[in-house]
This record gives sequence, C-alpha cells and structure tokens, in this order.
Amino acid sequence: MQFSGGMRKKLRLGGDQRKASYPHSLQFYLEPPSENISLIEFESLAIDRVKLLKAVENLGVSYVKGIEPYQSKLENEIRRLKFSFRESLEDEYEPRRKDHISHFILRLAYCQSEDLRRWFIQQEMDLLRFRFSILPKDKIRNFLKDSHLQFEAISDEEKSLREQEILASSPSLCGSKLDLDSESVYKIPFADALDLFRGRKVYLEGGFAYVPLRDIVAIVLNEFRAKLSKALALTARSLPAVQSDERLQPLLNHLSHSYTGQDYTIQKNAGKISLDQIDSLSTKSFPPCMRQLHKALRENHHLRHGGRMQYGLFLKGIGLTLEQALQFWKQEFIRGKMDPDKILDLVKGTHYQVACQKYFEMIHNVDDCGFSLNHPNQFFFESQRILNGSKDIRKESIQPETPQPKPSVQKTKDASSALAYLNSSLEMDMEGLEDYFSE
Amino acid sequence: MATYDPAELPELLKLYYRRLFPYAQYYRWLNYGGVIKNYFQHREFSFTLKDDIYIRYQSFSNQRDLEKEMQKMNPYKIDIGAVYSHRPNQHNTVKLGAFQAQEKELVFDIDMTDYDDVRRCCSSADICSKCWTLMTMAIHIIDRALKEDFGFKHRLWVYSGRRGVHCWVCDESVRKLSSAVRSGIVEYLSLVKGGQDVKKKVHLSEKIHPFVSKSINIIKKYFEEYALVDQDILENKETWDKILALVPETIHEKLQQNFQKHHNSLQRWECLKKAISSQDIKNDKCGHWLELEIMLQYCFPRLDINVSKGINHLLKSPFSVHPKTGRISVPIDLQKVDQFDPFTVPTISSVCHELDAVSTNDEGKEGNEAESDIKHRTRDYKKTSLAPYIKVFEQFLENLDKSRKGELLKKSDLQKDF
Repeated sequence: MQFSGGMRKKLRLGGDQRKASYPHSLQFYLEPPSENISLIEFESLAIDRVKLLKAVENLGVSYVKGIEPYQSKLENEIRRLKFSFRESLEDEYEPRRKDHISHFILRLAYCQSEDLRRWFIQQEMDLLRFRFSILPKDKIRNFLKDSHLQFEAISDEEKSLREQEILASSPSLCGSKLDLDSESVYKIPFADALDLFRGRKVYLEGGFAYVPLRDIVAIVLNEFRAKLSKALALTARSLPAVQSDERLQPLLNHLSHSYTGQDYTIQKNAGKISLDQIDSLSTKSFPPCMRQLHKALRENHHLRHGGRMQYGLFLKGIGLTLEQALQFWKQEFIRGKMDPDKILDLVKGTHYQVACQKYFEMIHNVDDCGFSLNHPNQFFFESQRILNGSKDIRKESIQPETPQPKPSVQKTKDASSALAYLNSSLEMDMEGLEDYFSE
Repeated sequence: MATYDPAELPELLKLYYRRLFPYAQYYRWLNYGGVIKNYFQHREFSFTLKDDIYIRYQSFSNQRDLEKEMQKMNPYKIDIGAVYSHRPNQHNTVKLGAFQAQEKELVFDIDMTDYDDVRRCCSSADICSKCWTLMTMAIHIIDRALKEDFGFKHRLWVYSGRRGVHCWVCDESVRKLSSAVRSGIVEYLSLVKGGQDVKKKVHLSEKIHPFVSKSINIIKKYFEEYALVDQDILENKETWDKILALVPETIHEKLQQNFQKHHNSLQRWECLKKAISSQDIKNDKCGHWLELEIMLQYCFPRLDINVSKGINHLLKSPFSVHPKTGRISVPIDLQKVDQFDPFTVPTISSVCHELDAVSTNDEGKEGNEAESDIKHRTRDYKKTSLAPYIKVFEQFLENLDKSRKGELLKKSDLQKDF
C-alpha cells in the first residue's frame, strides 16, 4: 500500500465532524486530546479550569450540593468561564473542547502529590455530579451507552419479576408500581455499586445490583473516581518527561498554587490611610492572617523575613506610603480578640479561604459577602467598601469605641530610650521592606 | 470419649500431625488447582507454639514441606493469612514497600461473646445448647445472603472450636476483593448497632429491604422455641424489664400489669405484640416495626468487621485444635446445620484414642510395610470420628474443582482452543 508522502495537513473539522468529536455536554475524559495548541492557549485553558475548580470547591463548602442556590451559582460560574455544561442551541464545540483539553492539562499539574490528587479528584467529581444532575433523561441513556460503562438495562420481563424487591430496596423510588414502569433498571456487578449496596439501598441478586436509573449517579461517580485515580498515578509516572520541557515546567509547577484574582501590588490607594488608623482597621478590615502578623509584630517587636514580606506587601496594597510604612514599623499596636466556633471548624477542615470569608460576613454583619475571597488585600478593600459606603478609603477620625492609639504615641514620646532601642532593632527589619516600596 | 486434658496437648498434637491431619485435602484447597503460579508458596501461615510463642510469616514450598514443618514445630494453633507478593518467609529480603498482601478469602467470625447482652444462659466463653441456636440462625441468615444476594458459590463454614463459627468464602473473584468492598459486605449484613451503652440496637426504616425481610423469615422459624422457651426472655420482672426498655414508656405500666397476669413468655409475648400494634403508641420513638426490631436485637447475627475487612487478617485454620477445649475446628455440613451440635465435635484426645484403639486391632492385618505413609494416613482418619467432617471438606473441594474446570473451559472456548 502506497502512502502519499509529504506534509500531513491539519484537518479543519467541518460542522458535523466537530459535533461527532464531542457528542455530549459532559465526558469521562477517557481519551487525551491530540491536537496542537499554542502555549498561550495551554496556559489560559489551564488557568480557567483552575478558577472553575476553585469555584466548585468554594460553592461546595458554602452551600448544600445538589439544590438551589448551589445549582444556579455553579451554573453561572461554568457559563462565565465558558465551559460546557448543558446542551444548548449554540455551537457547543468550543466549550466542550475547552473542557476536554483543560482537564488533561490539569492532570499534569495535580498528579504530583497525594493532597493535590485528592483535591483534584474531589472537585472534578463534584463538577461531574452537577453536570450529570442537569442531564435530561433521554440524554443520560445515550451518554452511558457511549461511555463504555458496563451498564445493561434489563428487559421488562426481568423487571416485573423483581418489581417488588426493587421497589422495596431503593429509597429513591416512591414505592408505586407506576414509578418503575417508566424507569430503566440496570444490572451491575455488585462490587461496582459499593456506595449503594453497603447501605442496603439497592436490590442484590446473584452478585448483581439492580439499579434504577435515578440511582445510577452514585455508580457513575464511583467509576469516574476509580478511573481518574488510576490515570493520575500513571500520569505521575510520565511526568518527568513532561517536566523536562522547559516551556511547560514553570507553568505546571505554579498552577496548583496559582492565585488567579486581582493584582494588588499596583498601588491604587497610596496615602489614603493614616498610621493611627491601622489599629482600628486591623480589627475591622484585616483578614485574620494579616491581623496575626500585626499582632505578632506588636507583641514581639519583630517579624521574620517571610512575615515582613507578606505584611509589608499587604500594607502597601492598602495604601501605606513608604514613609508611613517606616513609621509604622516603629509603633506598637493593640490587639483584638475574636473566635466563633463555626469559623474554627472551617479552619480545622483547612478551608481557610472560606473561613475567612465567613469571618468577613460575621464581622460586617452581612449574610453574603457578595464576592469570592482569595486575597488579603481584597478582604481589606471590600471591608472598607462596606464600612465607608464608597470606593475610596476616607481618612477616618479615630472611633471612640476602639482603644486609642494616643497612649501608645505618648508612650513612644516618653520612652525615647525605648524608641532608640526599637529603632536599632527595626533597622534590621527595615532592610527588605524598602525594596518593596520602591517597586 | 476420652476427656481432654490440656497437659496432654503436646503429645496428642504429635500424633495428630503425624497420623490424622488431612494434609492432602488441605493442600488441595489452598493450592486452588495450581492455576496461579506460587499461590500456595506465597501464602502466610502463623503458628502459636508451646508457651505462647507466636511466629508469623511462615510459608511452605509444597505439601511435603508443610507437613514436615508442622510435624517439627508441633503448633498449638495454626492461622491462615493472605497470599502475598513474595514468599512470606523471605519478606525481610524484599525491598521496603514491595511486600504486599494481594489476595485472601473473604472471612467471617461469629462469636458468642458478642451476644452476651441478649443471652441469659451463658456469658463470655461459655456456650450451651440453649444459646447455640444463635449460631444456627446466624449461619442460615448469612449463608443465604452470601449465596443468593452476592452470588458466592464456595462457602466453607467451620466450627471455631469453642464459642463460635467461621466462614471462608473462596470464590476466585472474591479472593481479589478490595478491603473497601469487604467492609461494604459486612455493612450490608449488619443490623445490630451500638455498644453497651445503647439500649435499642436495631432501627428499621419504613421500607424493608429484601435482605431484612428474608432474614426475619428465618428468625421467625426459631424465635418461639429459642427466645420464648429456651431463653425465656419474658420469664420474670428482671428479664422482661430489659425488653420493656426497648418499647415506649407509655405502655410500660399496662404491660407490667398484663405480664403479671400471665404465666409464661409465650403468653406475655402475645400481650406485647398486641400492645405494640395498638394505635396509641405510634409516634416518633416507635417505628412501624418495633416487634421485628426486638426479635432482631435478640436473634440477628453480629459480625466483627475487623476480621472481614483486612486482606492481611489472620484467622484460625480449619482442622486446627483449640488448646482450651481440645476440639478440632471442623467444617459444618450446610445440609445439616440444624443438627450440628458443638458438644459432639471430636476432640483431639478422642480421635487419638480412637486411632489407638483401631491400630491395636489392625496390627495383625497390616503386612505390607512398603505401603507409603500417606496411604496409611489416608485411611487413618477414616477410622475416627473425624471422617464425616473430612467428607464435608472434600465435597467443598469437589465443588471448587468443578467451578475451576468450568472456568478454564470457558476461557479456552473464548480463545478458540479446541
């Protein structure tokens, strides 16, 4: 057989062929993508998916999954980021392609440790669960067929033979004959239906679970988790080869830690807060992480390099000028105190960002903060917005209920020797700080 | 029957391991047809020797090797563990992390001690004919589920030697099951939940799953004789107070009065049923199925999940001896579960005694000294009360063989080997 030599032409898919490559609004990501894409697209697809999965995580912790408002909020996120989720009249090819490619890119980034894998699998599962939940019934059948899952629907005779048992076993069936007539029942090896049979939520016979269509989700998700887990393990093994590509290495390394929100390093509010405001601001509008640093500095008159860096950038972001900053580091600050249990629970569950968000809502007395928190400066910005009712941060007069900075000023005036000591020790601390402010 | 004296155990074991232990059948079992290379060689055994010396990671090259070692070490107890990735007796030479348990039968351990809160006749390690019915019911209930619900074909039930029974599920696919699925199976089979501090241990939902209803039908066959006669659970105030603790307080007074008026548990049970089904007590605390819940709490099997879920868990071997009772862990004939009596199970002293008696008689008849040891032994156990139990075991092995042949045929058909 003769093959024509020469350059392989890149195929432009025509309309029907495009539809054929992604016949469903969701998928199990069984086949990796095989096209060429630019580095720019590689990066932007990856970042978009990270944003999506982080939104999935956030919503999953803040709301009950599977019902409103979770459902519509998640749908909005998906639509905003232009991923596929639902059959629509418009051309679904691009969002589905994006979904496909971005998933596989993130496998590269998230296969590298147990923690990353666990997180990735959890969010991808929640995403799939959502997409499955909005699939219309007729589409479910087609999707399952195409996904090569071992699901056989049983015949009507077989169904009626076991009707009583199936009705008695599935909590989701209402117990009337009619229900079962219209619904398909699938026969699955029992080990594939673990989450159903362990709680006796399905009828077992001869080693098979007889699963009504509406209970199929649990099984589908199980399959998905198992396959993805295996795939990540495999990916991790081929990772060295991928990482040796210099173009991809930095992106992949940073993707799992990436921050994808607003840039606060550009000073927009320089000179708009005064030093004496910092005490009150720290209790009202500082996120706990910054308040902690603030407190530590105050108590110990010292912060280590990492802390100085973080806190220094934060102060810059909230509008402190270099001179103010220099002065700031010489003053003492008053601490506050605040610990409700719910927030601690979130912290214990390592949902730090959500805990902080809840903390924000609590101290500002709002039910819904209206934004997705992921940066300390954002916390401050939003806080000031609420407290002052405007976008600019006004210079506040000192609030009567908060402890006065005056005594501390007096303290520094009186204890000049203490100040001298402070100055000398602070000089060392100041070293790195100036660099940040001169950027 | 000779009474068993633990002091004689070392001598008795010598004779037992030399003349009676069914090595051929035992090897036939654990070798599983030799289909998988090294399956027997990678199996872990553990021995408990004299003075409680416990040694793990024992493994053997073949039947002869197993025999030699057992005769040499004379173990008081033998446990069977998992099939590993390497020979267990060489596990120290394997790279860290590479030595893994890979397969094992699915096992269940039902122990009479777990029922102490609901049996009056005995407690802790003691058993009697009155409470043994609990094991009978447990075997029927669990075995039915393993066979009909899960489709498991090769189930070996064994008397533990003292106070319970074990089940070994040996199907090829079952040996490969993950720890998670094993736990799931135990969960499916569990209904009695809660420790000492929980009064009411069974709660049924409104819809009753077929597993539960089938189990209840089995219990109903035994309940009257077991609970109302043998255990006499409503005999007097002390005992019926325990039952009253499971029903709503609103009917306590009436029931106390009614119970006084009647003469036995059977009558009082009828009272109780009537009171429960009367309208006035149907509320949050009292579900639809209170009567069934009480029956289940008193009769339903209690499994130890830790025994079943771990692939590397070690369990007492069939045909090993119980050092305290001298009884041999014999297979239970599933066709005759109701007739099984733990007190008629042969002890090591009785079988050795029987062997001695036979040997004296046979001395004159045996002439051919060239007869192989094995052949000799094959007929030895047949002369003792161990024989019927080994027959049960052999039937179990036959079934395994048949299945295996069936599978191989299927496979070769698929590959079109003719």
